[in-house]
Amino acid sequence: MTAQAKPISKNTTRILGSRALLLPGLVIGIILLILCLLWSITLGAADINTQTVYDALFAFDETSFQHLIIQTVRLPRVLAGVIVGAALAVSGAIMQGLTRNPLADSGILGINSGAAFAVVMAVFLLGNPPLSTYAFFGFIGAGVAAILVYALGSMGRGGTTPLKLTLAGVILSAFVSAFTTAILLGDQETLDKIRFWTAGSLAGREMPLVLQTAPYILVGLFGSLVISRQITTISLGEDVAKGLGQNTAWVRGIAAIMVILLAGGAVALAGPIGFVGLIVPHVVRFIVGVDYRWVVPYSAVLGAILVTVADVGARIIIRPQELPVGVMMAFVGAPFFIWLARWKVKR
Amino acid sequence: MSQLNAHNLTLAYENALIIEGMELTIPDGKITALVGPNGCGKSTLLRGISRLLKPRGGNVLLESQDIWKLPTKELAKRLGILPQGPVAPEGLTVHELVAQGRYPHQSWLQQWSPEDERITHEALEITNVTEFADRPVDTLSGGQRQRAWIAMTLAQDSDIILLDEPTTFLDLAYQIEVLDLLHELNVERGKTIVMVLHDLNQACRYADYLIAIRGGQINAQGEPSLVVTENLVREVFGIDCKIIPDPVTNTPLVVPVGKARKGRLHLPSLNGKHAEPVQNP
Repeated sequence: MTAQAKPISKNTTRILGSRALLLPGLVIGIILLILCLLWSITLGAADINTQTVYDALFAFDETSFQHLIIQTVRLPRVLAGVIVGAALAVSGAIMQGLTRNPLADSGILGINSGAAFAVVMAVFLLGNPPLSTYAFFGFIGAGVAAILVYALGSMGRGGTTPLKLTLAGVILSAFVSAFTTAILLGDQETLDKIRFWTAGSLAGREMPLVLQTAPYILVGLFGSLVISRQITTISLGEDVAKGLGQNTAWVRGIAAIMVILLAGGAVALAGPIGFVGLIVPHVVRFIVGVDYRWVVPYSAVLGAILVTVADVGARIIIRPQELPVGVMMAFVGAPFFIWLARWKVKR
Repeated sequence: MSQLNAHNLTLAYENALIIEGMELTIPDGKITALVGPNGCGKSTLLRGISRLLKPRGGNVLLESQDIWKLPTKELAKRLGILPQGPVAPEGLTVHELVAQGRYPHQSWLQQWSPEDERITHEALEITNVTEFADRPVDTLSGGQRQRAWIAMTLAQDSDIILLDEPTTFLDLAYQIEVLDLLHELNVERGKTIVMVLHDLNQACRYADYLIAIRGGQINAQGEPSLVVTENLVREVFGIDCKIIPDPVTNTPLVVPVGKARKGRLHLPSLNGKHAEPVQNP
């Protein structure tokens, strides 16, 4: 080793190798997100220019039809995209850290399906439940699914392993989705009400539903940020974390509640959108590393950007028709994930 | 009175009783090795005395206090444990790993301090991994990786360090590297070290105190040169052996008898013929 090769105090395996770049990077991410939101809000069936968008947001005139479209149709839609994207990405990051499972995601571990099933069931049984109860049913479904998957995944010798947990999630997901489909096939009325929703969509989200769900997701996001340091420690493994003096049962419990709030809330709002929680944390770790104090906020911002862009794509790809954003995410997500897996294997 | 001891300790997994009513005293400031055949309960015992496994009965005392009654971080400041074959998350750097050792010294109010940074750097220095500080743990060699994990345990700044098979899965050169490091920590820093070891000869070389376990019971304990006898090895490991002085350290060297190659010493294979380099045609 030569003398000049010595000062290698830079980490070359992540994009932001120096800690000094982390905060500016996050600010750039937020600016990028705002630009994406503006882009998204100007897009739609009616041609509305940027100036009108600005006026509608900051100098609302209720006699203007265009302003009304912005305020009642487009704004709730982009807001829903932001909180759903942030929620799914952060819940994925927390789950991946907690279970040390790179494939952990609320979609793969069956939590989205559980939440979706509970909401469909509620609509089927109650007819037309008030919007405020959607989130509630989402949490119930997400919680029960999380408990079932964890119980299934920790059965047998050796306790919970990433593989067993993933399999349990996939099995539960398939099982529960079959029931959801059965209900929808058998009941035309329920199907009509939430057909788009079950594929994961931001279309037609109205402000009251967004406002009903947002507080839970904000609590989930804030809570995730608070426990992020604990997630870094527990990601070293249960025994190591215990040896360091962490109360791992407590951390797992709190983290599980955050995941249920985030995933359950996101599903209640937009239906089960896959791949966001799977992909975003991987990309984020590639940028900032594995310190969850940074992984969590970066995931929130990148998740919001991803869903916003995917929703724009969903609206322009087969104009004037539109695709559910969940379908769009699958188009983008599946190849991206394959690419990610291949790239990781190569390393 | 020893800092760390156990009384009437009973350890079990679900319905499998592993250790029953064990009395154990870990000598202070020494290297203690737990040895025994697979499944004898040595790793379970280590888990029991490090609070990774809750005892079914009895208790583990650290300075006369029950370790299950101490706050978790308080215990972690006094007793560090490195489990067997730990795996770091992909991309975690050595510095980040070692910094995690400061976890028990931090709280909501007391976040990262200059003191934490100083001790982290010291741990990197002592274990000789400073030059890899910014490299991901998963890109290091087995020996470097294990040294990084030991550095993390060291940054915990506890008087007692427990290690579960710290040399398993390592090449021989790395095994010696790791054991030499632990020896150094004991001699120069006065750390009390307790480790589960697979290799009886390494245990004899590096341990001041040896605890031989069989069937969940302590079969013999004491200084290796006093307790390791042909009888003990037969009783504990179920194998016939010869014990000769280790030519390097003069500690007991266990040479299993077994069946293979017995008497071949007199065959011409060792008279040098086969050792000659083969000429290429």
